[in-house]
Amino acid sequence: MPILHIVNKSPFERNSLDSCLRLALNGSAVLLIEDGVYAASRKSTTAARVGEAMQNLPVYALQPDLQARGIAPDTVIDGIQLVDYDGFVKLTTEYEKTQSWL
Amino acid sequence: MATKKFLYLNRRPPHGSIYALESLEVVLIGAAFEQEVTLAFIDDGVYQLLQNQDTSAIGTKNFAPTYRALGDYDVNRIFVERESLEMRGLDKDDLMPLTWEDEDDDWAEKDSIHVVTSAELAEIIDQQDVILSF
Repeated sequence: MPILHIVNKSPFERNSLDSCLRLALNGSAVLLIEDGVYAASRKSTTAARVGEAMQNLPVYALQPDLQARGIAPDTVIDGIQLVDYDGFVKLTTEYEKTQSWL
Repeated sequence: MATKKFLYLNRRPPHGSIYALESLEVVLIGAAFEQEVTLAFIDDGVYQLLQNQDTSAIGTKNFAPTYRALGDYDVNRIFVERESLEMRGLDKDDLMPLTWEDEDDDWAEKDSIHVVTSAELAEIIDQQDVILSF
């Protein structure tokens, strides 16, 4: 059953992202929101982990949360798809379940 | 009143919790008491100083520009840990330029932000009388 995995914690502050990436099956997707969007930065040391996961899973990031944190779209990891709030809602309808990694 | 050395230690990112804003407000209030104030930004706290933060789309107060007022309150000892920046792929150019005017040097505009190593920051922490952690 395809799941939309939602991560809202900084990858430096909690291990939510690592747990999510370890346990997300192919066919599911990951959405980064709130402090989770720091993991979308291409220059961050977490980028390799996210890039590896993206070989199997689509990764999305919430644009308003990137903008709030001063992360410009051109500094985001190539292949991460940016969504607005409407896109967030649409994603929740496209997947059978959502799982928030608090 | 004896002057004490106050260190505000900031370790949280700016928008996911209230810590960063609360810290900034306490610093600005505390600045009125003419103590020796130092700010340190480590771990995710370095994200508080990133340029181009714009919270208009998430409906919260955009308090990032307020850091620029610190210089006017003589808060000009701002230390950012180099190791924390590097782990996040950041350098000083990614941070807001924070400055102050030195009245003892013909009001020359000087940088408030100093990027220091962990070892240097450890010494700075060691020199404080009071540490407030956010």
